[in-house]
Amino acid sequence: MLERSGFPSLLAALRQHGYRVVGPTIRDGAIVYGDIREESDLPIGWTDRQDAGKYRLERRADRALFGYAVGPHSWKKYLFPAHERLWTAVRTDASFAVRPEPVEGPPLAFLGVRACEMAAIDISDRVFGKAGDPAYSAHRRGSLRVAVQCGQAGGTCFCASMGTGPGVRKGFDLALTEILSPGRHYFLVEVGSREGAAVLSGLPLAPASQTDTAAAEAVVARTAASMGRSMDAGGLRDLLVNNPEHPRWEIVARRCLSCTNCTMACPTCFCNTSEEVPDLSGERTERWRRWDSCFNSGFSALHGASVRSSTKSRYRQWLAHKLGTWHDQFGTSGCVGCGRCITWCPVGIDITEEVAALRLPAPPPAEKKP
Amino acid sequence: MTPPHKPRLGVFKFASCDGCQLTLLDCEDELLAVAGAVEIAEFHEATSAGVDGPYDVALVEGSVTTADDARRIREIRAQTRTLVTIGACATAGGIQALRNFADVEEFRRVVYARPEFIQTLGTSTPIRDHVPVDFELRGCPIDKHQLLEVISAFLGRRSPNVPTESVCIECKRRGNVCVLVAHGTPCLGPVTQTGCGAICPAFHRGCYGCFGPQDTPNAASLVGKLEELGMARPAVARVFRTFNALAPPFREAADAAAKEAVAP
Ligand code: SF4
Ligand code: SF4
Ligand code: SF4
Repeated sequence: MLERSGFPSLLAALRQHGYRVVGPTIRDGAIVYGDIREESDLPIGWTDRQDAGKYRLERRADRALFGYAVGPHSWKKYLFPAHERLWTAVRTDASFAVRPEPVEGPPLAFLGVRACEMAAIDISDRVFGKAGDPAYSAHRRGSLRVAVQCGQAGGTCFCASMGTGPGVRKGFDLALTEILSPGRHYFLVEVGSREGAAVLSGLPLAPASQTDTAAAEAVVARTAASMGRSMDAGGLRDLLVNNPEHPRWEIVARRCLSCTNCTMACPTCFCNTSEEVPDLSGERTERWRRWDSCFNSGFSALHGASVRSSTKSRYRQWLAHKLGTWHDQFGTSGCVGCGRCITWCPVGIDITEEVAALRLPAPPPAEKKP
Repeated sequence: MTPPHKPRLGVFKFASCDGCQLTLLDCEDELLAVAGAVEIAEFHEATSAGVDGPYDVALVEGSVTTADDARRIREIRAQTRTLVTIGACATAGGIQALRNFADVEEFRRVVYARPEFIQTLGTSTPIRDHVPVDFELRGCPIDKHQLLEVISAFLGRRSPNVPTESVCIECKRRGNVCVLVAHGTPCLGPVTQTGCGAICPAFHRGCYGCFGPQDTPNAASLVGKLEELGMARPAVARVFRTFNALAPPFREAADAAAKEAVAP
């Protein structure tokens, strides 16, 4: 148990243990992830109201530190940066030399990782681990996950449907439950690793009573009961894989902008493109990696033409991979139910609504008039 | 490996503000490297000495607004191996293409003291309406890095790496908060081609569509959203008729909105 007044000592301890603390902060009308130097960097007393294609910040009636759901950023911006130099090649007398990009700086402490985001990082660990990606593992190595149990579900959240939340059950280094009861504001702190325990040594902690643990469990139960969205996740793989000609794809393609926002905001979308950036002298070239998306025509371009030229085929590719073939490839769904793709889609296309529509049998083809 | 001859780069100006040519001048250091590798001919912003063709690569800025323009671009095409248009004027008629939706005769009478000296066509049209174009570099103005990429690509006889995807992808890579979703600000980013680095959303403004349509634009769907955000039809027509009014997807969106706006 950590009283609210003791919270700054947690931040100080993280720094003392050599971590760079990153977490939620307010910028440009949203809660994004950035460096947290002091507790006033956190969105104290703010919450978010989210719906399909809509996000607004609002004041809370209390001074909660973590009283909101997830925003447009995800932790992938640290583990798999949007734009990253992987190596540099320099011409030498007879040949050329390749210099891998060093990853410098202190290990990261992710402050305020939600259950869905824990699941998303676990998925990314598998995806990038399978690919043996040195850049990802360099960023991930030594990082610390300070999870937060969600005290409030967002309007587009459906982690309960996907079995990824709202409670954080494993994999964390530390897990906090923020409890606001009349007259008392405190955190229940769970320890999940040796590294987490090390950070706690020396903090003003008190043992938790049974009432405290019950209060913490009630927080998570309340959140689970107030999910903004739900999705029937049963048999999804087969549904997606077996319905490439469902008329719903045509309908959603009329709305879809092929703008990539859903894939950029999704914490598990990992598609990327590499490019060589030579200088004009030709003496030096750099290999850069950038986030790419299956919604771009260039992404499926082979021999100069796109394999998926229609928006319909791109949306179908995205959903069929995310909810379908991801299972075959990585052993789980690619969706953790965070709701970002719903909120940050400019025209509010809703993955839960699309899945529900795909479950309806396709209407029989209209009979031709004699 | 020395090329048999220094490739010749021609730079030509039609109706425009010169902003795109200035982008080339703004390349300063890089331009010196370019100048070392190529012979630059007909670059009126940099030197007054013009040289006749042939050209390996011609950069053409500006749109066709006079009969003389139309003749000149055909001559340039005949002398050029790879013709590249640069900027919104050359690729989509530019701001001056707004004349296509208005009465040019009236402008001539109202604006000029001696209207009889003004020789002009009733329209401002992109270069491709007059001659075949090998590559169109978008933007109002164009982006310096893309310009250097295009020059070095064509001089090196490879295809340039200029993405045709939406502004949104760059906006998200940059970590911007979406102004459309979080502020309700109308934004053309989803239908516009990337290249600017998503500057406007980074400064809390919606995208103005300077780089023209992305490769798979769905303007009709975005228009629905703009209207939901409270934009009236005439305003919708206006935002699609700013820098790239003649780019077909923008033109169709504007025409549809303009038509519905006058219909009862
Ligand atoms: S698909 Fe949508 S809801 Fe699922 S993890 Fe990605 S962004 Fe979140
Ligand atoms: S689903 Fe939405 S966010 Fe994704 S590409 Fe389509 S319009 Fe953009
Ligand atoms: S601000 Fe505009 S460009 Fe950026 S993601 Fe939103 S809609 Fe796209």
